[in-house]
Amino acid sequence: MSWKQAFSSSVGKKIQMSLTGIFLILFLIVHCYINAQIWFGEDAFLTAAHFMGTNVVIRTIEIGLFAFLILHIVQGLSLWAKNSKRRNTRYAVKAGSQTSPWYRRSMGLLGTLILLFLIIHLSKFWGPNRFAQTFGSGELNLYELMKEEFQNVVIVVIYLLGCFALAWHLVHGVYSSMQTLGLTTHRYKTMIKNVGVAFSIIVTVIFALMPISFYMHWVN
Amino acid sequence: MEHYHMNLTLKVWKQKNKNEKGRFETYQVKNISSEMSFLEMFDVLNEQLVAENKEPIAFDHDCREGICGMCSMYINGRAHGPWHHTTTCQLHMREYKDGDTIVVEPWRANSFPVIKDLVVDRQAFDRIIQAGGYVSVNTGNAVDANAIPIEKHDADESFASAACIGCGACVAACPNASAMLFVSAKVSHLSLLPQGDPERKTRAMNMIHQMDKEGFGSCTNIGACEAECPKGISLENIARLNREYLGAMFDGGSQNAI
Ligand code: SF4
Ligand code: FES
Repeated sequence: MSWKQAFSSSVGKKIQMSLTGIFLILFLIVHCYINAQIWFGEDAFLTAAHFMGTNVVIRTIEIGLFAFLILHIVQGLSLWAKNSKRRNTRYAVKAGSQTSPWYRRSMGLLGTLILLFLIIHLSKFWGPNRFAQTFGSGELNLYELMKEEFQNVVIVVIYLLGCFALAWHLVHGVYSSMQTLGLTTHRYKTMIKNVGVAFSIIVTVIFALMPISFYMHWVN
Repeated sequence: MEHYHMNLTLKVWKQKNKNEKGRFETYQVKNISSEMSFLEMFDVLNEQLVAENKEPIAFDHDCREGICGMCSMYINGRAHGPWHHTTTCQLHMREYKDGDTIVVEPWRANSFPVIKDLVVDRQAFDRIIQAGGYVSVNTGNAVDANAIPIEKHDADESFASAACIGCGACVAACPNASAMLFVSAKVSHLSLLPQGDPERKTRAMNMIHQMDKEGFGSCTNIGACEAECPKGISLENIARLNREYLGAMFDGGSQNAI
């Protein structure tokens, strides 16, 4: 069996979702760490942002990040579309949350919400910054940009909703990626589930605190 | 528990054959004993229908003791009804009270087409087994079953996976209509034992390939299957199947597969 065949079976596609998902989780950790620098002053944040925006290794990984992100999205949406065609006659009475929690059944929806959020997010910070770097007068001061953007309550609310969707996506995503790689054995499954939940809470709370901190003037 | 009687309203799926569109039919049953099983209640209803010169409802059953896996009914939104680790034949009417309405549907999945009313065609499972759910044994003198030492823990685990009765409740309950729990149970009980080891790589590959070919959905680790499985097959089996698949993927020997 060729590699192509191996990755294109239903389990192979799960493995693709799992591996790209784990890469995106690692990215979130880095992103979160950089964000947290705002609480150590503008200089700390700008140094970190400058490194991430200009270091050649990071910029190369950035290409991979987008490739994996797109693969994760395309594969996820196609899974969602295909799986919804496996039962042409629907049940009149559904089990709903009697047999599984809602977020496990809503990964496609949560993922789509995150994607919509991501489009807004990238067009506010990453996009203009790279544009200025390439065609304009160099890097933007992202700290000042955030300070400005997060005065708008609508933007803050959109960011909080994005964090909400991310949290639930991660609660299932962390566990699910490990299950797909077969790591959730009897010994480890409870630990993996708990670590997944803790991780989701910590990461999204840090993300959510950023727009709030600017809006409430906790940082200046 | 005290014995009582009840009158019930049943909404049951009626469908002539695979191609015809089905619909719900409403029936009244009276004087049902709380000590009857769910299938006995259906027997009463069918006798009543026959007496009225109407067509009885077709439903699958065989052992009526929870071991054959035939009695597929989706009852009020639950595969085999609301009881944990129970098939429909083991569900008893003491679950219900006088005046209740019960909606009964067949397993719904494109890979399990309805043959008639509540009876579905589960041959897709047989074809998955044929693709790799076996061990090849040379002919000759019968080998002593206990000749190979097997660790107790592995034997127990294998036995627990072998408890799968192929009922298809996992597919019926899965929002994706995926057959991963069934396939994982069948792969697990063989690959945990030394007799199953020589063919483990091709087995995982071929069974998954057949599962995809049959049109079952992809597993997204929702876990509704585990919640509904009458035999307590756990998601750990799916994790094991994924490991088997990864193992086969990285192994040159799996060229024989597919
Ligand atoms: S895994 Fe459980 S629910 Fe699925 S076929 Fe086997 S016994 Fe039935
Ligand atoms: S009739 Fe055999 S398991 Fe129910």
